Amino acid sequence: MPLNVAVIGSGNIGSDLMFKIFRNKNLKMIALVGIDPNSDGLARARKHGVAAIDTGIDGLLARKDLMDQIDLIFDATSAKAHEHNAPLIKAAGKFAVDLTPAAVGPYIIPPLNLKEHLEGDVTNVNMVTCGGQATIPIVGAIARVQPVAYGEIVATIASKSAGPGTRANIDEFTETTSKAIEQVGGAKRGKAIIILNPAEPPLIMRDTVNVMTETEPDQAAITASVKQMVADVQTYVPGYKLKSGPVFDGNRVSVFLEVTGAAHYLPAYAGNLDIMTAAAVRVAQEVYERREALVGAK
Amino acid sequence: MPKIRITDVSLRDGSHPVFHQFTVDQVVRIAGALDAAGVPMLEVTHGDGLAGSSIQYGISKVDELELIEAAVATVKQAKIAVLLLPGVGTIHDLKESRKRGASVARIATHCTEADISAQHIASAKELGMEAVGFLMMSHLIEPAELVVQAKLMESYGADVVYVVDSAGAQTMDMVHDRVTALRAALDPKTHVGFHAHNNLGLGVGNAVTAVKAGADNIDGACRGLGAGAGNAATEAIVAVFNKMGWETGIDLYGVMDVAEDIIGKEIGITPIVNRPALVLGYAGVYSSFLRHAENASKRFGVPTAKILEAVGKRKAVGGQEDIIVECAIELAGADQPAPELAAV
Repeated sequence: MPLNVAVIGSGNIGSDLMFKIFRNKNLKMIALVGIDPNSDGLARARKHGVAAIDTGIDGLLARKDLMDQIDLIFDATSAKAHEHNAPLIKAAGKFAVDLTPAAVGPYIIPPLNLKEHLEGDVTNVNMVTCGGQATIPIVGAIARVQPVAYGEIVATIASKSAGPGTRANIDEFTETTSKAIEQVGGAKRGKAIIILNPAEPPLIMRDTVNVMTETEPDQAAITASVKQMVADVQTYVPGYKLKSGPVFDGNRVSVFLEVTGAAHYLPAYAGNLDIMTAAAVRVAQEVYERREALVGAK
Repeated sequence: MPKIRITDVSLRDGSHPVFHQFTVDQVVRIAGALDAAGVPMLEVTHGDGLAGSSIQYGISKVDELELIEAAVATVKQAKIAVLLLPGVGTIHDLKESRKRGASVARIATHCTEADISAQHIASAKELGMEAVGFLMMSHLIEPAELVVQAKLMESYGADVVYVVDSAGAQTMDMVHDRVTALRAALDPKTHVGFHAHNNLGLGVGNAVTAVKAGADNIDGACRGLGAGAGNAATEAIVAVFNKMGWETGIDLYGVMDVAEDIIGKEIGITPIVNRPALVLGYAGVYSSFLRHAENASKRFGVPTAKILEAVGKRKAVGGQEDIIVECAIELAGADQPAPELAAV
């Protein structure tokens, strides 16, 4: 039986999530929730036979018929909205996957700590940031070989792929990503930089990871670990690519990445948005697998 | 007779040519001498703004907050300004600089991305700072488009909006058209500024053009100490403005001494219009990329000018220093070059 899900937020991220959910046979899209009756996202949901609710989370909670079916809710609204939504989702007994910077629950970078958190009683997880999803796996890949004193990432994205929420709160990106580099990536100190580039045609998301290891880097082990990690991320983000590196210079290790979006709904250059929605769907897939394993055991 | 406010950026843009290695002693002596010469505003920050100290841009020898504090303690009349690029530095960093006594926040974005500065400009005002909007790489868009972005910064609370020629790529007509457009479109109470790079040899001339077009805030650096071929030299600006009959309130011989004795003799750097700098201006590439491209050239055995050309073709904007190494690796045609190099 598929995992039944709803998406709150009918903008670009919510719409891309919906299309990724359609493509996953283990997930069933029950409802898309917005606040604008005329939103394109809600119109698309209706066209695909998905319940479209235009009265926000209150409208969803009032639909007992839908709530009885739903297992998991993706929140693709804003940090402020998620702070409001999170306790309501919890009270309704649903699992929350938070794509906003609210970070009510723990940060999740799927190849690093997804299983660890889902083994506990966590019911709300946060997807960090687009730059975090793209780069922290690499910081973690190096930190699992040897201690990392400092992890620094630079995410360059097309201006067109940065929505108004990101633009109005760009500090949230730098601060959240820095924290997650430490907490999930395992670096003693983290730093994040984001750059918007307006070039036409829009550039594909590119990311640079610079790490300082505490002792001389084990080049062979780090190279193998990074390549394995890239392959792991590619299982859920096929457009994730190692462009160069790892390049070594003293204790400095540099890795250059590019993320092409799957273009399910958003354009291919918006790899930054694709990696967020893909990572969120990866979490839902894990929730599904765990439930199936439990059912199987019984 | 127009009164022009000169901001000396030797201790910020000049951080690029010294690889962000300024010491407290250097800052105290340069700031002290510029203050004594009557320069009304000094910018003191890592070359890439607050929190710019990084592998990406170069690690500061001394924490910039210490340098800001030292400059504030030294000056008697000058204001101390800081640069902040949203995406690199945060409001938290701005608050820290305010605690150390900085009183002017210069918030810089790429010329098409002014809307990421709203929070930072508003915070600067809340902190009781003067707010300056800094539209970088302004050669890339037409004057009418630049006006839209300048008006955004003005709407967030900017007291001054700068046309910033980050790539030193603007001819005098380009400067004239951009400054004229901003001056006509912005509120009369909002000041218009211009920041030159001398990559085409037009630094001081462009500063003159900007004033004629209505700018009343002009950036200079002593001996031009700044990225690429440097900025318009403060001492040359003062000399020329004196001859034009424009008031700066700055003692020409005082700033000449800083340029000659401290920056020329002690620091020993005089930015010039050499081949790579000219490539920056000609191809319209961000001036701070020069030193990084020179390092990458040594490390990967590819000519600096070739790297800068490649970076220009990739349409890199300010802050994308990582693309320099990537372009150099691609030009070298090897994934694993021999890494022999001084730290960037």
